[in-house]
Amino acid sequence: MAAPVLAVSQLHKRYGRQEALAGVDLEVGPGQLVGLLGPNGAGKSTLTKIACGLVRPSAGTVEILGRLAGSVEARAALGYLAELFRFPGWLSAEELLRFHQRLVGSDGGAAERRHLLDLVELGDAAGKRVEAMSKGMQQRLGIAQALVGSPRLLLLDEPTSALDPVGRRIVRELLEELRRRGVSVLLNSHLLSEVELICDHVAIIARGRLVKAGTPHELAGPAAVVVETASGVMTFDGAQREDAPRIVAELVGAGEQVYRVEVRHSSLEDVYLEAVGGETG
Amino acid sequence: MNTGALRSAATVVALSVQEGIRRRVFLAVTVLTLAFLALYALGAHFAFRDVDEFAAGEPQILDPHAFTGATIFGLAMFATLFLGAVLAVFLTLGVVRGDAESGLLQPIVVRPIGRTTMLLARFAGAALLSAAYVVAVYLAAYAITEATGHWSPDHLLGPALGLALAVATIAALSLLASTVLSVTAQGIVVFMVFGAGLTAGLLAQIGHAIHSHSLHTIGRVASWALPFEGLYAAGLHALISGTSGLTGVVLQLGPFGGSEAAGPGLILWAFAYLFGVLALAAFAFSRRDL
Repeated sequence: MAAPVLAVSQLHKRYGRQEALAGVDLEVGPGQLVGLLGPNGAGKSTLTKIACGLVRPSAGTVEILGRLAGSVEARAALGYLAELFRFPGWLSAEELLRFHQRLVGSDGGAAERRHLLDLVELGDAAGKRVEAMSKGMQQRLGIAQALVGSPRLLLLDEPTSALDPVGRRIVRELLEELRRRGVSVLLNSHLLSEVELICDHVAIIARGRLVKAGTPHELAGPAAVVVETASGVMTFDGAQREDAPRIVAELVGAGEQVYRVEVRHSSLEDVYLEAVGGETG
Repeated sequence: MNTGALRSAATVVALSVQEGIRRRVFLAVTVLTLAFLALYALGAHFAFRDVDEFAAGEPQILDPHAFTGATIFGLAMFATLFLGAVLAVFLTLGVVRGDAESGLLQPIVVRPIGRTTMLLARFAGAALLSAAYVVAVYLAAYAITEATGHWSPDHLLGPALGLALAVATIAALSLLASTVLSVTAQGIVVFMVFGAGLTAGLLAQIGHAIHSHSLHTIGRVASWALPFEGLYAAGLHALISGTSGLTGVVLQLGPFGGSEAAGPGLILWAFAYLFGVLALAAFAFSRRDL
C-alpha cells in the first residue's frame, strides 16, 4: 500500500481539564477522500488544526507526506479552509489568490488564478471584492484559495456550511475532480448524505475518540427484508428490495398470511447515530 | 532567512501597508498631521514675534529667542512622538489574537511563511511606516521653526533617529501585547504603558530640578524599563546640549528640556530591549493555539 499522505497516530489534545482528542489514529491515502464525522465538540476541528500546525498536540503525532505537521515542508504540501475564516474585505478574488500564490511561492501566475476561479465557478467574479460577496461565494473562494499551489492534501472544515444546494453540488463535483487528479482530501462535515455520496472512507469521532471507520458501504451494513406473518416476524438478512415480491410470494405459497413487509437498509445516518449514541454538541 | 521566506515576508509587509491605506489610517493621519503642522506654524510665528517684541530693549539674562525655539520645538517633538505612537499602535492592533479570533490569521499562518517570519514582517511594516512618519514630521517641524524663527537645534539628526527607534519600540510592545490580549485591551494597555513612560520621564525631570535623588532614580529606572521615554528625553537633551549659560540651565529644567543625555548605553539597551520584546512576542505566538 502506498505511504499515507496524512498519518495521525495516537493523537491527544487537552485544553486544561478537557480532553478534546483521546488517542486518535487515522490515515488518508493518496487520492483518497476521507469524511470526518462527529457531533459538535467531538474533536474534528482540533484534529484538522493540528494537521495544519495551528494547534499543538498534547501527545501523539501527525505527519503529512512523512513530515511532522506544522513543519515548513508539511505546510507547503497542504491547502486548508477553516470553518470560521475571513479574508481582507478590500481584496478582490483575483488579488486574494495572488497574495496566496506569493505566500506559497506558486509560479502559476494568472493562468492558475483563472483556472481556480473557474473551478469554483467564480470566473465572473475575479474583480469582485470579498466584502461584496455572499457568504457562499466567500466559501467557494476559500476553497480556491486552499487549492493555490496545487497542494497534495486538502483539509476542509465544514466547507459547505454556508452553501445553497447549487453551491454544494459545485463543491461536490470539485472534490470528485480533485480525487481524479490524485489530491487527498480530509473533509469535516455534518452533512451525512454528502459524505456518503462522495467519500471513499468515513471516520466517526465522538468525545475525542475514533468510534467507527470504514468505507460508506462497509459502515452501512447489509440490507434485510422483514416480513410480519401470522407465525411471527421473519427477517431475511442480505435480501434487497427487489427480493421482496419473491419472498412474499413464497410465504403466501407456503400458506402464510402476510400482514406487513419492510425493506431495511442501514444508512450512514443510522450508523452515525448508533456510533455517537445520540450525542450532540 | 531564505529567499522564499523573504518574499513571503515582503508580501505580508505589502499587505499591511495596503490594509493601512484601505482602512484610511494614513488618510486620517495625514489630515491630522497637516492640521498639527499648520497650528504649529501659526504658534511658532506668534511665539517668535511676541518674544522678540517682549524682549526688545530689556537686559538679556537669558536668550529669549533660543528659549522660545527650544521650547516650542520640544513641544513639537512630544506631539510627533505621540502621533507616531498612535500610528504604531493602530498598525499593530489585533495582529495576533484579534486576527486569530476573526479568522483572518489562520489562512496565512498555515502557509509555509511560518509564524516568526509573519510576526517580524508585521513588525517591520508597522515600525518602518511609524519611523518614517516621525522623521518626516520632525523634519517638517524643524523646517517650520527655522523658517518662522531662524532657530536651529544643536543636534538635528540624533533626536530624529531616537524618535524613530522609540516608535519602533512601541510597535514591538504593541505586537507583544497582541499575542495575549484582545484588540481593545491591547490598545488600552499599550497607551497606558506609553503614558506611564512619559510620566516616569517627567518624574526624573522634576527630581533633577529639585535635586531629589530618590525621585530622579525612580524616574530614571522607569524610563530605562520603557526605553522609548529615555530615547525621547535624550532627544530633547540633544536639541539644547550646546546651549550654555542660564538659558541652557533653564531649558534643561523645563518640561521640554531633557536633562539626560543618551550615551551609547541607552542606544545599545534600546536595541537589546527591542530584540528582547520581539523574541518574547515570537515565543508567545509560537506557543499559541489558533
